[in-house]
Amino acid sequence: MRTQPTGPEPQMPEKHYLNATYGIRSWLLTTDHKRIALLYLASVTLFFFIGGFFAMMIRLHLLTPNGYLLSADTYNRMFTMHGVAMIFFFLIPSIPAVMGNFLIPLMIGAKDLAFPKINLLSWYVYVVGGMFTLWSMVNGGLDTGWTFYTPLSTVYSNSAVAPAVVGVFITGFSSILTGLNFLVTIHTMRAPGMTWFRLPLFVWAHYATSIVMILGTPVVAITLGLAGMERLFGLGFFNPAMGGDPILFQHLFWFYSHPAVYIMILPAMGVISELIPTFARKKLFGYHFVAAASLAIAVIGFLVWTHHMFVTGQSTYAAVAFSFLTFLVAIPSAVKTFNWTATLFGGSISFDTPMLYAFGFLGLFLVGGLTGLFLGSLGTDINIHDTYFVVAHFHYIMVGGAVMGYLGGLHFWWPKITGRMYPEWLARIAAFILFIGFNFTFFPQFILGIMGMPRRYHVYPPEFQIYNVMSTAGASILAVGYLLPMVYLTWAAFYGKVAGENPWPATGLEWKTQSPPLTENFEVTPVVTWEAYDFHNRPDLGLDVPGGHGPRIVAPAHGDD
Amino acid sequence: MSEHEHSEHIVSPGTYLVIILTLLALTGITVAAAYVNLGRFNIVVALAIATVKATLVVLIFMHAKYVPQRTKLVIIAGIFWLALLLFLTLSDYASRVDYRGVRFPMSQNISHILNQHG
Amino acid sequence: MHRTGSLYGQFKTLEQQKDTATLGMWIFLVTEVMFFGGIMLAYTINRHTYFHAFAVGSNTLSLPLGGFNTVVLLASSFTMAMAVWSAQSGKKQLISIFLTLTILLGFVFFGVKYVEYAQKFHHHLVPGKNFDISYCVDNPSKCEDISAADLERERGEIEEAKAADPNLNAHAQLYYSAYFGMTGLHALHMVIGAGLLLWLLKGSLAGQFTAEWNNPVDIVGLYWHFVDIVWIYLFPLLYLIDRHK
Repeated sequence: MRTQPTGPEPQMPEKHYLNATYGIRSWLLTTDHKRIALLYLASVTLFFFIGGFFAMMIRLHLLTPNGYLLSADTYNRMFTMHGVAMIFFFLIPSIPAVMGNFLIPLMIGAKDLAFPKINLLSWYVYVVGGMFTLWSMVNGGLDTGWTFYTPLSTVYSNSAVAPAVVGVFITGFSSILTGLNFLVTIHTMRAPGMTWFRLPLFVWAHYATSIVMILGTPVVAITLGLAGMERLFGLGFFNPAMGGDPILFQHLFWFYSHPAVYIMILPAMGVISELIPTFARKKLFGYHFVAAASLAIAVIGFLVWTHHMFVTGQSTYAAVAFSFLTFLVAIPSAVKTFNWTATLFGGSISFDTPMLYAFGFLGLFLVGGLTGLFLGSLGTDINIHDTYFVVAHFHYIMVGGAVMGYLGGLHFWWPKITGRMYPEWLARIAAFILFIGFNFTFFPQFILGIMGMPRRYHVYPPEFQIYNVMSTAGASILAVGYLLPMVYLTWAAFYGKVAGENPWPATGLEWKTQSPPLTENFEVTPVVTWEAYDFHNRPDLGLDVPGGHGPRIVAPAHGDD
Repeated sequence: MSEHEHSEHIVSPGTYLVIILTLLALTGITVAAAYVNLGRFNIVVALAIATVKATLVVLIFMHAKYVPQRTKLVIIAGIFWLALLLFLTLSDYASRVDYRGVRFPMSQNISHILNQHG
Repeated sequence: MHRTGSLYGQFKTLEQQKDTATLGMWIFLVTEVMFFGGIMLAYTINRHTYFHAFAVGSNTLSLPLGGFNTVVLLASSFTMAMAVWSAQSGKKQLISIFLTLTILLGFVFFGVKYVEYAQKFHHHLVPGKNFDISYCVDNPSKCEDISAADLERERGEIEEAKAADPNLNAHAQLYYSAYFGMTGLHALHMVIGAGLLLWLLKGSLAGQFTAEWNNPVDIVGLYWHFVDIVWIYLFPLLYLIDRHK
């Protein structure tokens, strides 16, 4: 049910950032944050396909318990490269580099980010890192797991570890540059009247994400750097044969890689914080708490990494301490989930596609988050560590959470990015297909994990086959759910219905400029005098705000699609 | 909407001169102290002097004494996060029981810890 | 975004531009703290575990050269601070002079580092197949740059250390991994710093920096001081382990 305010049919603006200049150079040498966002969109989508290909190989292979399709070595390469492609080259950049880049200047009323050239540099750094990793993938592959544990990765592996490590190392700097840009921009480039507590929560989420990028990524950079040095030049920090210590690698690696998961989820949470108020037409419940929770997740997220190492021989003291901290980090996430849900209460809810993704997020993130508690509890973790329970847990969060947020955001802001609407009914069907496919793929994996199926094994006991078949079947449905948006969003960019300035309508500053925006975003720098998500005091949105008792805003009449 | 910096405080060459001489003196002290057998405290003294030197460089050469609150918070956050990395990792090592044959002060079984004085 | 004079198009005022660039550099330095922090952690764990090997390794470093380099870098921080002062005071010629001095001091540092590294190569102290902590002690004729007295001292140290740690040679490689890793990373940052200083010198000679606009000098200065701070820690950590023996 699209909720288009009544009025004359919108027209595509004559001049905007897409047609301001032409030619490949104007794209490859652009410093316009919006074009850079699209450059990133193309690259992360490519890596999503690559990661998806490896996922398909994994699921096809696991149809049979006896390792029929692939050898053990090849299977190791499949799950490793699936992880590397998806985590470092899709999930971590996705929302920040595509939506953060596009939207943050618009949301704060600025002409661009603080450092536009560094923004472009960050994309090139990503591309160079990606090329090294691709090289590794086609020249022997990588079989160490995305976690690169030593000494397998540094000494004993026969796969192309060095280029992969170099690739991920380089791409880390892309992350650092993006985070730096966002932090400085949010501090110094806000329009007059855009105080900290009027910022959209999407911006707060990216601020928190940037803190994590800045403080964590350099550590994984030096870690992979040292691992690369060990592989190439025989340095010995992580090699027991030389007196080195694999546990040291794990500490250094997880110091980043745990906060990295918050880099992946915080931006998605930021998207949800935009979608729910918009499609419930109600101010977000507990704005300050949600903003504070984002920061809390970023900070506490740095204190829990050792929960990946519970079974490495830790003392009880350390294990209990980190288990406690792990429970602590769940609290701000719970606060947010409660607040999103509370926002729905008394709201005027419509079920446009972005909202469907938001609902999907709420349910799936809840499952993923709660199952994290089983993993954070010492007694249960001993049994489910390194099983499919872990695999299911993190896919519920990363796919059910982060990717749903990504797709929801992509749909929500597609009209702003392209000036055109996607086909609503097809999009809703795709969202349902995705949701069903996702659950069929990953819910059986919880069961497999509890039954004891280990992860990263290319064979399994035959009694597990039924769940594996279910999972693979689900994956094929999930794939359809992913392919559909890629097709219709592309189609819509050229042939979709013209959207106008604010088709939803939503309250952010980005919706107070034309779609697609001008290169400089705003004709005149806006002066902000309203609070975030303040549906009741925004007559410019054209919503029917009832007087008298009750805060309910009536959802506008359905559009004609 | 940048936070307004108070009018730029220009540090005088005289101050810089005092600082550089102090730094050189501290370097000399560090080397001299290395030749005195302080046992486990050699490293403590060396790091303490290095930290004093670093603090002088940050406060005066890098003008951290005169920067806005926000920048001071950035500096403190950086130092704090480094401390987190070091301290939390070392606490895992220190609490492991006899890891790789290396005895950290805490790597003894529980009854020893309960019976020890501090 | 086009530029008008020193003002870049995304900014409203020079003040905002300066504020932004300075904050950006400070945040970047925080990432550098975490970057070096990782290798500091590796150093710390290994030094604790293999104290004897680290002590032996440290005593093969030349304290005079290390101390000299420390003085050189501290002095370069002074000249850099003076370059910033010159810019803030509008003394354009002095900026170029102090930048040049800083660059020269940087090159002196590189020169000394080169001598040290070359020494390590000749003495078979680079981690790898040829590593041998006892190479000079066993082959005094190949290590003529070390005095006989020093070699005797080293022999004694190695014997004492081997008694405590039979695997001394393997573990000494870890010391040298730390040495080359940390000083190499530091040197790389200095090379980048020298490049930035040369770029600044170019601008300074063209008269671009005034009392009103000198932010680039300021922020390169921040970077250079940070690189100095890293060395302030590296010097005692690498050169001054157990020197009192």
